[in-house]
Amino acid sequence: MAEIHLIGRAASPGLAIGPVTMLTAAVVRRAASDDPAQEAAALRAAIEGARAEIAEQIKTIQGEVADILEFQVAMLEDDALADAAYEVISEGITAHHAWRLALDVEIAGYRAAEDEYFRARAADIVDIRDRVLAHLSGVDTVARITGGSIVAADDITPSAFLAADWSHGGAIALAGGSPSSHVAMLARARGAPMVVGLGPLSWNGQPPALALVDGDAGSVIFDPEPETRRLFEQRMAAANAALAAAESARLAPAYTADGRRIAVLLNIAAPEDLAGLDPAICDGIGLVRTEFLFETSLGLPDEDTQYAVYRRILDWAQGRPVTIRTLDAGGDKPIKGLTIDGESNPFLGLRGIRLSLARPEVFRVQLRALSRAAVHGVLKVMLPMIAVPGEFDRAGVMLDAEFAALRAEGTACARPPLGIMIEVPAAALCAEDFDAAFYSIGSNDLTQYTMAAARDIGSVADLNDAGHPAVLTLIARTVEAARKLDVEVSLCGDAAADTRLTKALLATGLTSLSVAPVAVARLKAAIAKVGS
Amino acid sequence: MHDVNASRASNAFVPLMASAVLVNAVGLHARPSVKLTQCAKRFAAKIELALAPDGPWTDAKSPVKVMRVKAPQGATLHFRITGPDGTAALAAVLALVHDGFGEA
Repeated sequence: MAEIHLIGRAASPGLAIGPVTMLTAAVVRRAASDDPAQEAAALRAAIEGARAEIAEQIKTIQGEVADILEFQVAMLEDDALADAAYEVISEGITAHHAWRLALDVEIAGYRAAEDEYFRARAADIVDIRDRVLAHLSGVDTVARITGGSIVAADDITPSAFLAADWSHGGAIALAGGSPSSHVAMLARARGAPMVVGLGPLSWNGQPPALALVDGDAGSVIFDPEPETRRLFEQRMAAANAALAAAESARLAPAYTADGRRIAVLLNIAAPEDLAGLDPAICDGIGLVRTEFLFETSLGLPDEDTQYAVYRRILDWAQGRPVTIRTLDAGGDKPIKGLTIDGESNPFLGLRGIRLSLARPEVFRVQLRALSRAAVHGVLKVMLPMIAVPGEFDRAGVMLDAEFAALRAEGTACARPPLGIMIEVPAAALCAEDFDAAFYSIGSNDLTQYTMAAARDIGSVADLNDAGHPAVLTLIARTVEAARKLDVEVSLCGDAAADTRLTKALLATGLTSLSVAPVAVARLKAAIAKVGS
Repeated sequence: MHDVNASRASNAFVPLMASAVLVNAVGLHARPSVKLTQCAKRFAAKIELALAPDGPWTDAKSPVKVMRVKAPQGATLHFRITGPDGTAALAAVLALVHDGFGEA
């Protein structure tokens, strides 16, 4: 079999070699039997399959998410969950129909609960229901991606990415997708090489067994010849050696060639991103995305769950400042039960702070958890998608109220300084109108809103250029407003990690850049080359 | 002599009864339910719980059934325990509730 070369676009750097896992969206319809005994056996097998799948997933994660999955395992192990289903199966109803009927009754019970914690558990039962249904119909689920494999698919969702284990290598090769998608950001954060826009992945006969992914050049080779593989492995060895050399330099603070001190902060999407990292590599955390807490399809996270996660991150930082962004759902980050389905243009819809203000009962829980965590370090809270001062003011009033309520209860808390993400051009143009404690420039959305080119549409990716003079002008204007008002400003989008832009960004007056942990060494090396 | 337990030939143990207030932040929700049922399953005794002293009683070894009780914070949990290791079981479940399931 001849090797297959496909050229796409680089979305996350690095080289990877591994077995190929094909993800297909095909839904297999289940052929039910007429025999109640067979249907009952099928349901029993599906429940056991779902239980085993979750138990396997738990091994790859820790903390709150693992606790929630353990709850699902306990529920699946309990015969009481399926009693009603087995009863109607014995009356001749098919297994999948019976399971759905029984679980929907259970779900309705949770949804009707007076207590919000019990209402939130409805999502767990929905997840349990759907996992078992998937096993009944034989649909492949994402959780079966084994560590170290090359995932080949048309596209991949953020939750699918998060469900897989990337700690043992592996890479992503997509027929579609975009380097600016949320998954690409996650892949860069976790150090998983990713190539997008490969075009239709079709094979004659057998799907490929092995693939080489070059996330630097944006190419993929399926079923390589032995010689191709040998050369690739040589390149991997050389790249690893170069990386090790850069690693040793990344613990030092960053200075430009002319001696300007530049703060290098981290962007993280989950506490796991900090695993094994020495806090000395950074001057703090510039962006903690909190969507992962809500993306598990296991229900909205309660206050204690959020507090524990925020505190863990602050503990890691050992007194370095940590900026946590409040929930930035919507746009390309839908969250079941929270974001609005079917908006004609979700990027211009109810997302970020707009959604938080529209769902105060959810936002309040996060503000309380943040206020409680604030006593454990230097915490700053950032509001995403701010367009007008009224949004910032309303959020500030809510934070004040939750802080006052906690203090009245005698709960340890502090009011963290509240800043804004500058990603809507209106906010960049009028930054000085906000009473914010700091600005953080989100270059990804600022670029797409300025250039009117979506970051998740590959065909207009060329227009989505953070180095365009219009975008750089908005960044410079924000930096100037910060200087006038004497508030801190940093930049936390992908542009910060694009070393071709380092010189231009520092020329705007920026002295603080926030990047994924894997980009720290590269960015520090690029900063050292910038002179006056 | 009439033995009060003679009529309980099938059940040689007198049920042990006790109650405790749920002190953890969010009541008997997912994690506490799992902890309680795991604790209860370590004992041979029949362990039941209820929100009122006269029931209805729920099997404390079933997380599905315990979750259906939806006991909120501040609720009083009543336990009814029958079996050879009932005393130890009662002490264990009460300690768990008093301790706020380790998450108070």
